[in-house]
This record gives sequence, structure tokens and C-alpha cells, in this order.
Amino acid sequence: MQKTYSYPVFPYRRSPEQADGRVLRHPVVVVGGGPIGLAAGLDCARRGIPTVILDDNNTVSVGSRAVCYAKRPLEILDRLGVAAPLVAKGISWKVGKVFVRDRLAYQFDLLPESDHKMPAMINLQQYYLEETLVAALDAEPLADLRWKHKVVAIDQHADHAVLTVETPDGVFTMQATWVIACDGANSDMRRMVGADFEGQAFHDRFLIADVVMQAGFPTERWFWFDPPFHPGQSVLLHKQADNVWRIDFQLGWGADPVEEKKPENVIPRIRKMLGDDVEFELEWVSIYQFACRRMRDFRVNRVLFAGDSAHQVSPFGARGANTGFQDIDNLGWKLKLVLDGCAPEALIDSYTAERLFAADDNLSNSTRSTDFITPKSPMSRRFRDCVLELAEQVAGIRPLVNSGRLSRPTPYVHSPLNTPDSAQFKGRMTPGTNCDDAPVTVAGKPSWLLNQLGDGFTVLVFGRVPAGVSIESGGVRATILGVDDDFGDPTGLIGTRYDGQPGTTYLIRPDQHVAARWRHFDPDLIRAALARALAA
Amino acid sequence: MPLNTAANLADPDGFYEELISAQRDMDDETAIRMNCKLLILLANHIGDRAVLSEAITMARAPAPSAG
Ligand SMILES: Cc1cc2nc3c(=O)[nH]c(=O)nc-3n(C[C@H](O)[C@H](O)[C@H](O)COP(=O)(O)OP(=O)(O)OC[C@H]3O[C@@H](n4cnc5c(N)ncnc54)[C@H](O)[C@@H]3O)c2cc1C
Repeated sequence: MQKTYSYPVFPYRRSPEQADGRVLRHPVVVVGGGPIGLAAGLDCARRGIPTVILDDNNTVSVGSRAVCYAKRPLEILDRLGVAAPLVAKGISWKVGKVFVRDRLAYQFDLLPESDHKMPAMINLQQYYLEETLVAALDAEPLADLRWKHKVVAIDQHADHAVLTVETPDGVFTMQATWVIACDGANSDMRRMVGADFEGQAFHDRFLIADVVMQAGFPTERWFWFDPPFHPGQSVLLHKQADNVWRIDFQLGWGADPVEEKKPENVIPRIRKMLGDDVEFELEWVSIYQFACRRMRDFRVNRVLFAGDSAHQVSPFGARGANTGFQDIDNLGWKLKLVLDGCAPEALIDSYTAERLFAADDNLSNSTRSTDFITPKSPMSRRFRDCVLELAEQVAGIRPLVNSGRLSRPTPYVHSPLNTPDSAQFKGRMTPGTNCDDAPVTVAGKPSWLLNQLGDGFTVLVFGRVPAGVSIESGGVRATILGVDDDFGDPTGLIGTRYDGQPGTTYLIRPDQHVAARWRHFDPDLIRAALARALAA
Repeated sequence: MPLNTAANLADPDGFYEELISAQRDMDDETAIRMNCKLLILLANHIGDRAVLSEAITMARAPAPSAG
């Protein structure tokens, strides 16, 4: 059915280990080649871990699926070297309109803070994202991406897991010191390790349609509550690349998914929405039913769960893929240090601590949006409708309207890896928070702060960097960077965003999160904070 | 600032009358909706989350049993 996109078919290759019947021990095996598994493979390989990625299929995501990518995931993808083509291909937007019945109730502007390399949000079909990640993996010598490899069994041991893998050539086994399970919402891995998946399934269905049209709609997010063309339900319209528009119709629980998917039923719905004079073609249709739930622990012995396999949220607020990339961002460096013997396994357990906290934040945000968009009782429906009615006239009520909140990173405020502040700081950069970007000049050329932070730990110093000091703990050495010494702060925004008075020193983790900060450069305190950030 | 549970209305009878009369001609559904709007407007005016939480808890508590 799709006109704007043809699905690549990636070649299956028999692996030498299967051909020779050798059982190899791999440091990391990633199960699943969706956006999160591909990102996991890329992050691990770029950190120097030989990584095998297994996917049971041989193409990219069927249908657009996740379309909104927020700033922090884009920054992670930029660290992985793939953001530029995605931002170029994606659609940037910042105005959202909320309609109630036949009227515009209000509009908002994301008003992104200026002077960040990455935009607040882009819209892009999931298949483009996956294609870009696959190309990057193919170019990465340490990554070994294998299509048509389905994991059918797992056996856990004290220091490794044994995976049974099925390919067109039959079944073979491989060992992995660590397994990253990114095999999606219906995770086989989760079932095979016998882990629970707890939460709430929402009794509602959504019709997701991609249509191609040269419509005169502006590049904005339009959300309708109870529109005349779809009474009693909600509708979302969003633009993607290639003049493909994404339309989500809330259908209610009573809808028949098989009937609703038929073009003869979908087309009249869209026609009613767009009017008779708009020409469009249907690209892809899917019925989506969602849940808000998560695993109790993202680590089960040697298996680490990430992305939809670990947690599922409602689509309101575009959190699914966005939060999955942040899982990987959190996990990659920890695996590398533990595999290298530079940090204890406790560092891996901090992955669950930090990302469960983020998952709960996401779940709470998406449950709140869901409760507003699809009220569960007559009384909550009245409250919802009253908020919408008031919002039209009373500006102060508009913040209560929740048509999906945009995905923002969750600061790891309670993380055991943080060293608490011992001085007062202004601004947002508390320990556990992802670093804000800002413009820099390097040797007279403009660049960005986040691009200066390397793959390891960084000590960022405002003012003079003391000579001859090295910061090391357990074989891990931090790179010391001086604002002014190593790059300029042309707009003064690094100073403002980090409250960087002279002497101010930050310890920054390999995933660009603040671990600790001080008002003075004190090597002993920095070494202690580094040890703590390594869970040593 | 905790929820003010001391008398705070200068004209309690007048306020009560105004509230009741505002709903005199309404059917139940319209009156319930009006109450919802009233609550949302007043909550926004109060703003203080601690005060609102305290009020929610107090309003939720079952009526004291007779005797
Ligand atoms: C119809 C639909 C619409 C969606 N719309 C949105 C949206 O609008 N916004 C949003 O944010 N999110 C949306 N999502 C969710 C979003 O697509 C997911 O959050 C995202 O894809 C999660 O990525 P993932 O890599 O964790 O899992 P997936 O993308 O599901 O990838 C899992 C991969 O694992 C592979 N696999 C599975 N089992 C095995 C096995 N045993 N062995 C080897 N490989 C295996 C699969 O083939 C697949 O490639 C939608 C999802 C669907 C299904």
C-alpha cells in the first residue's frame, strides 16, 4: 500500500559460528533490531565492545509507528553520529493547536530554548530512523547485525547466558556475558526469563492512518476533542516527512479492529475529517491498543531489558521510543566499564535504579494524559469537558488541558551514583540531570558543548585548569576540560546554564549527566565522586 | 499555609444564597457541571497544592456516623 517508501530487505547471512558449529562467548548480544536494539548495538560497538545484534525479521518497522523524537534522544543519536541526517529529513514543528468540537480552543508554542544544537522535536517515520541506524551499524567494525536470527530459548548461568537462536539454517547456540533484550512490547525474552510485566492495559483502541496529501495544513500538531467529524472521541493530526500525515482516531473499546482497518471504512472517516476537496492517498493503517506497564526490575541475572520490552506507555506524548534511547544511553557505558573490570556489577544495577525511576515518571505522565484524553468515569468526563470549556475563555485554565505532554528527560535525582551538592547553585544542572547544550567556539570555530564531551568521564572546569593534575579511579581516567582554556563560551550561556562562577567544577558521566559539582577544583573530592559514580 | 478551616466568609448566608440561587433553575446535570467549573476556577485561584490536597482529603472523608 505504501507509495512514499519501499521497505529494504536486509540480507540473511549464515554466521561462521553457526556454520562451524562453534559455541562462542560474546561480551554483549542485543536481542531485537527495533530502534532501541539498533541504538544499543551502535552505542556498545562505538564504546569498543564487540556486539552482536539479532533480529528475527529482515526489514525495518512496518508503518510509521513512533514519529516524534525529542531533543534529548536526538542528542543521544548525535553522540552516536546519526542525528544530522534525521534532523535534515525530519519535520520540525513548534505550534500545537487544540480544538474542542468545531472551535479552536487555544494554541501553544513549544517555545524551545534557543542555542541548543538539537531542535525541541522532530517528526519522522520510524522506518527512516531504523534505516539510518542500520547503515551506521553496517559501517561499524565492532557491530555484527544479523537478520533472520530469532532467539527461541535462554538459559542463565552465573556469569553468562546461553541463547538458542533459530535461523533459516536451523538452530544454534551462542553465549553472552550480557544480553540486552530489546525485543519489543511482546518480548519473548521477558516471557522466557519468567519476569512479570505489571500495570494497566487501557480499554481503548486507536486507528492510526498515514495519508499522503499536499494539504494546506500548516506544520503544526492539531488535536481535537470531540470533533464534529468524529463525535465523542479525540483525533490527532501530525506531519511527517514526504508529505505523509499521521492521523490518530480514538475509536473506543467497542470498535472492531478488523472492520475498522478496512480501507472502505478508513477512507470515509478521513474524507469526513479533511473535507471533499482534499485529495489524499492512504499509505498505512494500523489499529493500536496500548498499555501503561513496566517490569519490576530491568535486570534479570545476565539479561538487561530496554525499550518497549521493559516498559510500555501510551502514545500520548511520544514517549515509547524516546525513553528507550535514554535507557541505552544509560546502559552502554556501564556495560563497557564492568566488562573491562573497571567497575563492579553494582554499576549495572544502577541502570535499573535510574531507568525505573524514569519509567515511572513516563508512566505517570502518560497515564495522566490518558486519563484526560479518555476519561474513565462520567465524573472525570465532566471535569475534562469543563476544563476544555473554561480553557477557551480563561487563559489560566489552559495548563490543565492535557493532550499529551512532550517527552522530557527525567533527572536521576535519587541516583546512588550522584554526589550531593555541598554548595548553592542556580539553574537546572543538579546532580543526576542531563547536561544542557550551549554554543562553544573551538579554535575559533563554532561548535556545541555536548560535542566536546567525549566518551568517558569529563571534569568541566570554569576558569583556570590546574596543571599536572590527573583524576583517576579504578583505572578510569576523566578528561579535564576548561571553559576558556579548551573552548570559548561566546554567548556566556555555559556560564549561565551551569552557574559557572570561576572555580566551579562539574564531574560529568559518559552519558552526559552531571555526577557532582563543586565551587572549587579539589582533586580528592573529584576522585571520590568519580569512584561513587562507578559504584565502587 | 495550611487549609483555612476557620470561618472566613464575611457574609456566609449571602454566599450560600448566591450559590443555591445560581443553580435554582438548573437540572442536576447542568448543576453538576457548574460545580465542576466552580471547583476548577477556585482551585486555580488558590494555587497552593498543599491546601488543595488537604481540602481533597477532608472532602473525601466519610461523614461522621450518627451517635
Ligand atoms: C502500531 C504502532 C503504533 C505506534 N505509534 C507510536 C507513536 O505514535 N509514538 C510512539 O512514541 N510510539 C509508538 N509506537 C511504539 C513505538 O513504535 C515503540 O515504542 C518503539 O518501536 C520501541 O522500540 P523497541 O526497539 O523497544 O521495540 P520494537 O520496535 O518493537 O522492536 C523489537 C524488535 O525485536 C525483534 N524481535 C522480537 N522478538 C524477537 C526474538 N525472539 N528474537 C530476535 N528478534 C526479535 C522484532 O522483530 C523487532 O524488530 C507504536 C507502536 C505500534 C506497534
